[in-house]
Amino acid sequence: MRVGVVTFPGTLDDRDAARAVRLAGGEAVALWHADADLHDVDAVVLPGGFSYGDYLRAGAISRFAPVMGSIIEAANGGLPVLGICNGFQILCEAHLLPGSMIKNLQLTFVCREQVLSVDNADTSWTRDYVAGQRITVPLKNQDGQFVADDVTLDELEGEGRVVVRYQGWNPNGSRRDIAGITNAAGNVVGLMPHPEHAVEVGYGPDGDAGPRTGTDGLKFFTSVLHTLVS
Amino acid sequence: MGRVVVDVMPKPEILDPQGKAVAGALPRLGFGQFTSVLQGKRFELEVDGDVTAEVLAAALAAAQKLLSNPVIEDVVRVAVIETHVPGAPAGSTGAGL
Repeated sequence: MRVGVVTFPGTLDDRDAARAVRLAGGEAVALWHADADLHDVDAVVLPGGFSYGDYLRAGAISRFAPVMGSIIEAANGGLPVLGICNGFQILCEAHLLPGSMIKNLQLTFVCREQVLSVDNADTSWTRDYVAGQRITVPLKNQDGQFVADDVTLDELEGEGRVVVRYQGWNPNGSRRDIAGITNAAGNVVGLMPHPEHAVEVGYGPDGDAGPRTGTDGLKFFTSVLHTLVS
Repeated sequence: MGRVVVDVMPKPEILDPQGKAVAGALPRLGFGQFTSVLQGKRFELEVDGDVTAEVLAAALAAAQKLLSNPVIEDVVRVAVIETHVPGAPAGSTGAGL
């Protein structure tokens, strides 16, 4: 299965996302922001970083990159798309997901290991989890405060479209502790924390087996492969 | 050469963390009379020739499509700047000042 990973000017985590795809058993395909061709990929990851330096608004300029026109069209046709951190911001700016991100409530960059609950284990990217499961993955952001109006938030909650929620501590002031959401079809998922940084023993957060043994993020990437073969 | 100014402000119902931080600093400098601060953005768009109605309409469209995000921000002004001297005190925009 071919999973595309997009690089925009200022993307940081494309290599990590590609590595996570390979560790899950997929083939990572590099996609370039200026190339509208999706190269026959079966799914797409928009990785984290600071595309265009977060100028204007995080994700606002990347959203109009040539590759995004193809991704928006394909996502509306059912292509699985995962946006992580800056990728989540780009999906919101592209209106593939509702709401928006503003500066963290405390105005500081936050970097920590974050506990999340997987509230929706039915999306293309979370089906290998169990609903309600607690996972720990790194979180690192500056504009991570998810906001939307109450009508939109009620709709997201009512339709079960909150995919992951902050547990223990809300690190950025996000409304209703929301860390990630999905579209109605469940093929487009965006989240602020970084599952691609918790996929390999020795490099992830602390886990049950000892320091840096946490690999709780890997199932985002195995989930999409299982979605594609089912 | 003409210029159009576009002002974008956070929606009142969206808590503005930057404005709140500025509001917290003002009393420490003796400016205790300001009860809240909203921090927005000002864009200046330059065109060759005069600012026509079509140019203003295009500026409004650009403001709504790219310069602002309607989920969190409002476009509060799209107007012509008559003259602009860098470093000059405010007052050259003629926008109710």
